[in-house]
Amino acid sequence: MPAVAETLDVVQSATDAGYKWGFSTDIEMDLAPKGLNEDIIRLISERKEEPAWMLAWRLKAYAKWLQMEEPDWSSVKHPPIDYQALHYYAAPKKKAGPKSLDEVDPELLRMYEKLGIPLKERAILAGVEIPEGERPPVAIDAVFDSVSVATTFRDTLAKSGVIFCPISEAVREHPELVKQYLGSVIPAGDNYFAALNSAVFTDGSFVFIPKGVRCPMELSTYFRINAQNTGQFERTLIIAEAGAYVSYLEGCTAPQRDENQLHAAVVELVLMDDATIKYSTVQNWYPGDAEGRGGIYNFVTKRAACRGARSKVSWTQVETGSAITWKYPSCILLGDESVGEFNSVAVTTNYQQADTGTKMIHIGRNTRSTIVSKGISAGRSNNTYRGQVKVMPKAHGARNHTQCDSLLIGDQCGAHTVPYIESRNPTAKLEHEATTSKIADDQLFYCRQRGLSAEDAVGLIVNGFCKEVLKELPMEFAVEAQKLLAVSLEGSVG
Amino acid sequence: MLEIKGLCAGIEEKEILRGIDLVVPQGEVHAIMGPNGSGKSTLSYVLAGREGYEVTAGTATFEGHDLLDMEPEQRAAAGLFLAFQYPVELPGVGNANFLRTALNSIRRARGEPELDAVAFLKMARLEIKRLAMADDMLKRNVNVGFSGGEKKRNEVLQMAILRPKLAILDETDSGLDIDALKIVADGVNASRGPDFSALVITHYQRLLDYIVPDRVHVLSAGRIIRSGGPELAHELEAHGYAGVVNEAA
Ligand SMILES: Nc1ncnc2c1ncn2[C@@H]1O[C@H](COP(=O)(O)OP(=O)(O)OP(=O)(O)O)[C@@H](O)[C@H]1O
Ligand SMILES: [Mg+2]
Repeated sequence: MPAVAETLDVVQSATDAGYKWGFSTDIEMDLAPKGLNEDIIRLISERKEEPAWMLAWRLKAYAKWLQMEEPDWSSVKHPPIDYQALHYYAAPKKKAGPKSLDEVDPELLRMYEKLGIPLKERAILAGVEIPEGERPPVAIDAVFDSVSVATTFRDTLAKSGVIFCPISEAVREHPELVKQYLGSVIPAGDNYFAALNSAVFTDGSFVFIPKGVRCPMELSTYFRINAQNTGQFERTLIIAEAGAYVSYLEGCTAPQRDENQLHAAVVELVLMDDATIKYSTVQNWYPGDAEGRGGIYNFVTKRAACRGARSKVSWTQVETGSAITWKYPSCILLGDESVGEFNSVAVTTNYQQADTGTKMIHIGRNTRSTIVSKGISAGRSNNTYRGQVKVMPKAHGARNHTQCDSLLIGDQCGAHTVPYIESRNPTAKLEHEATTSKIADDQLFYCRQRGLSAEDAVGLIVNGFCKEVLKELPMEFAVEAQKLLAVSLEGSVG
Repeated sequence: MLEIKGLCAGIEEKEILRGIDLVVPQGEVHAIMGPNGSGKSTLSYVLAGREGYEVTAGTATFEGHDLLDMEPEQRAAAGLFLAFQYPVELPGVGNANFLRTALNSIRRARGEPELDAVAFLKMARLEIKRLAMADDMLKRNVNVGFSGGEKKRNEVLQMAILRPKLAILDETDSGLDIDALKIVADGVNASRGPDFSALVITHYQRLLDYIVPDRVHVLSAGRIIRSGGPELAHELEAHGYAGVVNEAA
């Protein structure tokens, strides 16, 4: 069972605004000075013991970023971000090679515990040897601020040729793969936040599934922003060769802090012929308090390139966290008959803003895409679905089905649907459906009459509303997501 | 025992219930009849605690608890069940999941152990069989796409599973075919006993042939204008409400 399934049981109850992951961990940190310039980038590269080509790549991206401007086309609003007031590198100081749990920094262990990672996995993450057979069947990479602190199951995976390691390590150990694919889906100049990430990314996961291999277990990464005034810029690269299959899970939390924290990640997926990647995210970054103070600015670029014929990518996301979410996992459907799926639940409460959706770019023949977006808004929040479906001239027989449903709780929140549809091939068939509903009083009363508390009732109704998306998540992750939905909406009724 | 005294209630300034006095002793089944719009459903909603209704006077107690002071879910935990005149649809929510969540909420509130999925399904399947319902009832989403009659049967199934001490059935017989009517009646009759009482709201004598009530009350314009034994229902069937209403006036 992956760690996530137990999170809510383990995590201590809320301190204030109901965010249960809001603890910060007192760990000895290695922190770069605040600010961003070439020297900081050099320092990051040096700490990561990177080869010269990587530093050059970063500096080039930095030069691009300097010439770019923050995008303003989305619906989100925030005070200007002072990029010079952030730390771009923060790492827990390592004590080398613990042999048992007793030797591990107790604060680090406590953090894993609060994240809900079961004891055995905690031990593995902390680098303690655990006999084969007693291990849980999920490989985990944990990224703590700027560094990957531990990756589990690597030996088992290596036997089937799967590489699962921190990207900083991949840069050193598998330079040929990284050089070939890094930035090949999302070039450094793609957008403002991608350029920033390319210049300063500190860690993240690297996955390589060789030809014909079905990854023998789920891979999962935990991201955690802990340090104060620190930006987190992780970078994930997943390559699925012809016929390969992998299911990858991503979970995120952050401590509760009054100031806003910046998170600008880049995720690139590459798929060859007949390859399949299922990429699931449960994003629970700190959303800010009930008055709208604090919270994570989550500006993420995620894109999959379906280069091979019949390749299939499916993005499934449950977004409950962040003060601002700006995120559009996209699919470039190059290979003939390739398939892109986007399944999303985005919950906003209090003063949260979410502007999220997807882009489906149909290039190959008979490419298919489906979009299911479920937006839930409560409090004074704003929830925007922004989706683009683009059919290029050669995409004969392309199909898209888009379904956007919004659920409103209360009358001070907003839900918006912004579809951009562009078809340059007359044989393409594109369908768009959108609904907006409210949790009706009679639904609530019906549930409560049967004995459910108002909160359980909302949880049940919301989960029903999201069912199509939740069923796309791996089982235990779905259980976690369900509980998370209920917790995020606590107090939003009545 | 359910005890209602001088209950006045309304919605948005509109007075609907104008002084209801009603006692349903433990173990008894009472029927409420009355013209459309007389306040029968309103009475059931006020007893179950639906928001939006304002109680302006009177009291309602169940087994000594002040019902009007309790949240709807607390009333449910105390043993009150309302079979809705218009059951509500819950898209995406499976019937089995809904019922188990409901049952376990009630058990938790009563300090009883919760039922796991396996034990629950076993119990639910038994009830389904007893009520001669289709097996897929549990798999479907709560009332979504149910026919009128199926919705009513689902209410009865919920009642059978939740085992209330006081059931209010608001026109559960409307829209049922003859066989279903018997099944519903059997469901209520099977529950009858010293620990079960019921308020059966109906327009039809037919149901009361199967569920023979201890008392029959006639509600008109927010007041109970007549009460009597089972024969009162026959009288209404023969003469209509008009006769009774005029007589009372
Ligand atoms: N939400 C509401 N807003 C305004 N008036 C209401 C509301 N609910 C009920 N009423 C009115 O209160 C009166 C009583 O309604 P109620 O539903 O209790 O009647 P009933 O006896 O159950 O009728 P029926 O036999 O048709 O089910 C009616 O005149 C109805 O129009
Ligand atoms: Mg009625």
